[in-house]
Amino acid sequence: MVVQALVFYGLAFVAVASGVMVVVSRNPVHSVLFLILAFFNAAGLFVLMGAEFLAMILIVVYVGAVAVLFLFVVMMLDINFVELRQGFLRYLPIGTLIGLVLLAELILVVGGWTVAPEVPQALGTPIPPPNEVSNIDALGRLIYTRYVLLFQISGLVLLIAMIGAIVLTLRSRVGVKKQSIETQNARDPADVIKVIKVTRGGGV
Amino acid sequence: MDTVTTLPVMMPAAAEIFLTVVGMVLLMAGVFRGEKMLKPLAWATVAAFILAAGLVIMYGGTGAAFFGLFVTEAFAQFAKILILLGSGFAILLSLGYLKSEKAGRFEYPVLILFATVGMMLMVSANDLMALYMGLEMQSLALYVIAAIRRDTLRSTEAGLKYFVLGALSSGMLLYGCSLIYGFTGTTSFEVLAQVFAADSTPSTGLIVGLVFLITGLAFKVSAVPFHMWTPDVYEGAPTPVTALFAVAPKVAALALFVRVMSEPFGDLLASWQQILVFLSIASMVFGALAAMVQTNIKRLMAYSSIGHMGYALVGLAAGNEAGITGVMIYLATYIFMNIGAFACILAMRRDGRLVEELSDLTGLSKTHPMMALALMIFMFSMAGIPPLAGFFGKWYVFLAAVEAGLFGLAVIGVLASVVGAFYYLRIVKLMYFDDAENPLDSKVAGDLRLILYGSAAVTLLFFLVISPIYDSARAAAASLIGA
Repeated sequence: MVVQALVFYGLAFVAVASGVMVVVSRNPVHSVLFLILAFFNAAGLFVLMGAEFLAMILIVVYVGAVAVLFLFVVMMLDINFVELRQGFLRYLPIGTLIGLVLLAELILVVGGWTVAPEVPQALGTPIPPPNEVSNIDALGRLIYTRYVLLFQISGLVLLIAMIGAIVLTLRSRVGVKKQSIETQNARDPADVIKVIKVTRGGGV
Repeated sequence: MDTVTTLPVMMPAAAEIFLTVVGMVLLMAGVFRGEKMLKPLAWATVAAFILAAGLVIMYGGTGAAFFGLFVTEAFAQFAKILILLGSGFAILLSLGYLKSEKAGRFEYPVLILFATVGMMLMVSANDLMALYMGLEMQSLALYVIAAIRRDTLRSTEAGLKYFVLGALSSGMLLYGCSLIYGFTGTTSFEVLAQVFAADSTPSTGLIVGLVFLITGLAFKVSAVPFHMWTPDVYEGAPTPVTALFAVAPKVAALALFVRVMSEPFGDLLASWQQILVFLSIASMVFGALAAMVQTNIKRLMAYSSIGHMGYALVGLAAGNEAGITGVMIYLATYIFMNIGAFACILAMRRDGRLVEELSDLTGLSKTHPMMALALMIFMFSMAGIPPLAGFFGKWYVFLAAVEAGLFGLAVIGVLASVVGAFYYLRIVKLMYFDDAENPLDSKVAGDLRLILYGSAAVTLLFFLVISPIYDSARAAAASLIGA
């Protein structure tokens, strides 16, 4: 138990600290790297809660795809981040004010929070005991049976996204010189090579 | 492993499954045969819509499919027929346009088909997750269609704007859904309804979630104050695409709105009624006032549709069976008026090029007497002048509002429609009392003329069919509220 608590606080501390570093670090590449560190720590927290599949997905999707994409964008776009941050101190007071108002609103709302006691009874789909089935097993049983409609619609949404990407970006360019191996191989030397007798002193 | 897998019930979703399969087949046909397939694909899509409408009608009664994620009843059928009608006419309107503007791409009808499937799934959603998936499916396809003329700046701007604001609204909707799930422990509409029936004093968190959900849906029906995207997208998108946007997605989003408000949250009427009253008053008033200063007819139609959504929301705000009947009748009349009006806009050509300024309509009665007459019928109908179609829609929603005791809402609605009549009548004045400086092309394509006169006839003679339409709308409303 003590170990678990220690690990939790360790991961949570690093996650929050790297979250802060994402915002304050000067170099945008460092920001993205801190973001990745934050993702790793969040994944660690998921493992601690027994959601190992979610942890792996978080790493694969967010670190493997999203963060790397960010890194590419940050490196390729020539954005002067120092210039972007120039007004930081000037806007700090108003930003703090808005933040405080939001905080006050949140406290007011959370203060009036009453969690309905019947929530566990209304649960649409009971969660299988985590020590009997693994996460992937439990998710798979739901996604491919009860939620098969949603799974199929997700597939259609991805299909539409693919069609959209092609419709909006694919251009068939004319006049591009491409290598055609068939035409190259089909050329007959007799048609294209001509032997010319060159007289001495004269040109071709 | 003791998991028993059974095939889910699928028959109630036959029309959607059929359309999806047709969509994939048509996509393959287009990919292998190239751009010359546009016209056959478009006609095949329209034929598929007709068959799907047949399937929807054939299935008839009430049913649930896919473990209760998908339901169908008279309400869903009514809305689906309207959606299929709207999408089908939008494709027919596009044919001439795509050919003359050389913007034809075979993906166009396929994307409309998938968007239509998304709309039908929205209407039949019986779960917060199914709602979101259907919504996202139709929106994603529509973003692409808005930007389909990717070489023109305005079309790409419309697509991008629609995408960014649509994504924002989806985010709010999802946030609302997650709060509702967190405070009730379920996403199923039926269980939600049971929870609220047992205890109709909702917690603060749930109300916050509900407000976010309404915000997301209000974005989709472009109700004020969530309407900012509408004029720009309507103006920038290619005209037949605007015609599609003005009818089918509006019907789907409004039907979804009605279902969400009256089915799972029906017992929380006191909590959401004031929000909807505000949305509908703001939409009616703002739509009428902002439309007055427009010079572009597509922008004018955008504000007009914002106003119309306000009137339709009056019926929903009433929150009773009569109100939902009114909403359904309103949508039925709205479709025909808009299809006709957009057919007119598409027929406005000068020297072979499309024009879309109001001033281009001057003297239309002398150069195109029939078209001017048809446009006048649509404008009078939109203004709500009896005995045209638009009058009946307004009549039934205001009647429902009075029945529900919302006198203020009904009075403001009637006043807003008087104000709104100004800009509709201004178009009639331009056509009949002003002289044309340079007249529009006299030749109007045959298919366009057919749609124009057909919808004008429906709008004009709507009072002949009002009783069967009223009966089916009432059956639709009863199937939703009575359930």
